[in-house]
Amino acid sequence: MSQQESLYEQLGGEAAVNAAVDIFYRKVLSDDRISAFFEDVDMEKQAAKQKAFLTMAFGGPHNYSGLDMRRGHAHLVARGLNDSHVDAVIEDLGATLRELGVKEELIAQVAAIAESTRNDVLDR
Amino acid sequence: MVNIRYAKDNFELEQNQSVLDCLTNRGVPVPFSCRSGVCQTCLMRATGGAPPELSQQGLKDSLKLQNYFLACVCHPTTDLEVALPDDADIQAVIPATVKSLQLLNADIMLVVLECHAPIDYRAGQFINLFQNQALGRSYSLASVPHEDDHLHLHVRHLPQGRVSGWIHEELRPGETVEIRGPGGDCFYTPGNTEQGLILIGTGSGLAPLYGIIRDALSQGHTGPIHLFHGSRDLNGLYLTGELHDLVKQYSNFNYVPCLSGEDVPHGFAAGRAHDVAFQQISNLKNWRMFLCGHPDMVRIAKRKAFLAGASMKNIYADAFNVSQSS
Repeated sequence: MSQQESLYEQLGGEAAVNAAVDIFYRKVLSDDRISAFFEDVDMEKQAAKQKAFLTMAFGGPHNYSGLDMRRGHAHLVARGLNDSHVDAVIEDLGATLRELGVKEELIAQVAAIAESTRNDVLDR
Repeated sequence: MVNIRYAKDNFELEQNQSVLDCLTNRGVPVPFSCRSGVCQTCLMRATGGAPPELSQQGLKDSLKLQNYFLACVCHPTTDLEVALPDDADIQAVIPATVKSLQLLNADIMLVVLECHAPIDYRAGQFINLFQNQALGRSYSLASVPHEDDHLHLHVRHLPQGRVSGWIHEELRPGETVEIRGPGGDCFYTPGNTEQGLILIGTGSGLAPLYGIIRDALSQGHTGPIHLFHGSRDLNGLYLTGELHDLVKQYSNFNYVPCLSGEDVPHGFAAGRAHDVAFQQISNLKNWRMFLCGHPDMVRIAKRKAFLAGASMKNIYADAFNVSQSS
């Protein structure tokens, strides 16, 4: 494996995101700790957002800024979104990748990227 | 120089500029988020010209066929006329003559309309039918282009429904009404002819499904097609004879009438249509789903179908929301 290969490339790029998105979204919807936040959303729009989130967490091309993250989650923070919910999402993300046979070392890198958005998502 | 036309304005697209940047720079309020062609927030529709293939990546087939695209990754090389998905009135009003009105059951009227101008639609899409300029309602198309000469609607008489009441009680054959459309992305897309189809409908949600089924069959769909039509009691079902005939005619078509009330005679499944469907077919991986009718049923069934393995891209839905002003 070349030293230059990015995390996104190592994971398999867009094809990997496509393989992961349904599995990840199913886990989130079935996770009692966080499913309530997804009760009244348009599932199709939500699936597209999940895909954008995964692309970012996989180290892929994205243009999200910290401000976008704050704006995008402000209504959820108002409903009580806190650290425990972010923990749950990162856990579900790891479980998704494990199910797809991704190596732990790469999963840790993905989790670290997701982790880096925590303060913006929780608006603090 | 490539031009982007939005509403009545013409904008010149700069080098390497996306349609999204071109429009938002000029103050057009196009919503956006990821700016990477993934989140689909900046979904728009080309009403003139064809959007580049790259700007349609990841969209549902039924949206691609209608020239929807993602503005943030759209770099056209020829002029485009564009609209936001919520821009109503992008289609002209067409007059149509009422050819016939026929009750399909106690509450549902088959309305057959002959358009005065050709209308390019797909079975399962909807049109808006206007009682007057200010009052219109959406009705799904049960007819199939090339199979049926006219447009077929199934209009349920809603309690206090203004337009449905007018259709049931006042409208007469020979009268002319105004319609606009078509709209909606719940329809059969050609290709993948061996894929299994599951269609679940309640009440007049059968209308788009009846169109979609006949469209799929006429286009040579070979995979299994299962229709679950639900109602509380026998009186709510309709077209049962036609559907049983289709079963005889096509070995890959299966019709399951479902009754959620107390009295369930032989030949009918007991329970709500989506519950029966998910009991009979528990793993929905690789199935294509069509869900039409009561908004609660559509919402619950969509979630259940997805959790049971159906891919979001394979779930087509049309929730019949009742207008607040009836």
